[in-house]
Amino acid sequence: MSTAGPSAVAGPDDVAVRAAAQLVRDLPPAPALWCDGLRKRYGRRTAVDGVSLSVGRGEVVGLLGPNGAGKTTVIKMLLGLVRPDAGEVMVLGRPGSDPAARARVGYLPELFRYQPWLTAAEVLELHVRLSGADVPAVERHGCLELVGLAARAGDRVGGFSKGMQQRLGLAVALVARPELVVLDEPTSALDPLGRADVRDVVLSLKERGVAVLLNSHLIGEVERVCDRVVVLDRGTVAASGTLAELLGRREVRLHLGSVGPEGQARLAAAGPLEREGAWFTVGLPAEDDGTTVPDLVADLVALGVRVHAVEPTRISLEERLLGILRANSGDGRP
Amino acid sequence: MTARTVLTIAGLTLREAARRRVVWALLALTVVLLALSAWGFSKLVGLDTEFGTMTSGEARLVASLLLNLIMFGLSLIAAIGTAFLAGPTLAGELESGQALVLLARPVRRSSVLLGKWLGLVAFGSGYVVLAGLAQILVVGATVGYWPPAPATGLALLAAETVVLLTLALLLSSVVSTMASGIVAVGLFGATWVAGVVGGIGGALGNEGVESVGTVSRVLLPTDGLWRGAMNAFQDPIALVQMGPGEGGFPFLSEAALSPAYLAWAAVWIAMVWGLTALSFSRRDA
Repeated sequence: MSTAGPSAVAGPDDVAVRAAAQLVRDLPPAPALWCDGLRKRYGRRTAVDGVSLSVGRGEVVGLLGPNGAGKTTVIKMLLGLVRPDAGEVMVLGRPGSDPAARARVGYLPELFRYQPWLTAAEVLELHVRLSGADVPAVERHGCLELVGLAARAGDRVGGFSKGMQQRLGLAVALVARPELVVLDEPTSALDPLGRADVRDVVLSLKERGVAVLLNSHLIGEVERVCDRVVVLDRGTVAASGTLAELLGRREVRLHLGSVGPEGQARLAAAGPLEREGAWFTVGLPAEDDGTTVPDLVADLVALGVRVHAVEPTRISLEERLLGILRANSGDGRP
Repeated sequence: MTARTVLTIAGLTLREAARRRVVWALLALTVVLLALSAWGFSKLVGLDTEFGTMTSGEARLVASLLLNLIMFGLSLIAAIGTAFLAGPTLAGELESGQALVLLARPVRRSSVLLGKWLGLVAFGSGYVVLAGLAQILVVGATVGYWPPAPATGLALLAAETVVLLTLALLLSSVVSTMASGIVAVGLFGATWVAGVVGGIGGALGNEGVESVGTVSRVLLPTDGLWRGAMNAFQDPIALVQMGPGEGGFPFLSEAALSPAYLAWAAVWIAMVWGLTALSFSRRDA
């Protein structure tokens, strides 16, 4: 008994351990970025108050909000640059307090400055070494090419314009094969062409399954590239969700003639109705399968209504954002 | 991972030192100082004074004093140079945003600090040892004077530089860029003056005044280490010739350093470094 015992007991244990290991392997990967209840005070001013958010693997999340909403502070807490007073951070499945969590993270800060006495290529080399990745020189050069600095690889950063330094910052964020890229106002110093480049870079990251947290004032930029949006206001999350959820309501404007009571009723049946002279605005349901508008128009024609124009409109993210911020501030804000 | 971070940052710090113009100005200044001293020392032998021509023995004595004076100049240059190199590092790089991207890498702040410190130590002590050695060779070639313990002296000069740059790093983690360099150099000067005052007190037999030097040497070991270095450079005969009342003279040192004082200097460096690491790791970027 005493000799057979251990192996007899080890058998089932072994199976259980293997099953548990398999279970862990089969778990979906932890979010690229996750935080809960982040709080930060500077003196008597509360900069961030209970912010929770997450960025899934391969997801592009936009961080929006007015100046002083705490966006940059949140980003710095996520990256271990600022110590939160309270709250938890997980980066790529590791606690944020562990520096190793940031091995596969690229970061372009809002306030960017690179060693002026180094060349662009040397800055990338430095960051590759610090990240512990093994990135060959060709790939590093490719990164500079991507941001349009290939011709300046051997020039000292001290001679770069602000825009070029921001492009270099983007290359630094991308060079160590990141799984998560955090971009804090990545286009603040760029011309329209540069902004388009950044948009393309973010879209290509998305294609490659790299998660991106993008803080930007340019709402159009966010609207074009982001899967989800988190709106911060005065240190708290004012709203968050996918673009479809946030922008939920779409509308169609119709210019109509000879609208009788039946036509009016048919319009009202399609959705919330507003009228301004001959212009009718109908709110459409979020889960529209594309038949609401054609059906409505066909029915109106059948009812003898003369249809002059049909214009689909969409609430822009900007309008929605302003709506959220105004609702959040009540009467407190001018 | 940590070792790689430390070495990378140390290399970066050395590269910064090499590529900044300030440092080349420092080197040019040193070369000028060396050349002038070579010229001066060569005139020393056979100098006509009002007491008649100097004998070679007298010339050696004066050379020993002058060597200490020039070494003091070198240590001052090294002190100012490293303090101003160390000053802008921690707080300055956080304020300018340069540190943000570095610290967002998978690095511990203490590793970054250690790398910076090692780079500055290599630069500062490398400078002092090379420039000091060159000066000793110049004196040897022109006057034929060779200090009794050159290696010990140079090592103590290097240690003095390390103490000062460690202090400058601590200051740079709490106060802003320029202030930290100025305060570090100011404290260095104040300790030296306190040491001289203490020496005068000793010569006059006033214990109260003498303790000024002793206390300041414990609070900031730069002056104590400097006195140890002087003792290693000077001609032992000089003390005998100057007589027992020499204590007030700032470029002669009566005794070699005790092991206890050296140990205290090491503990002091470790303590200040630890404080810097603590302050740097708690600082918000």
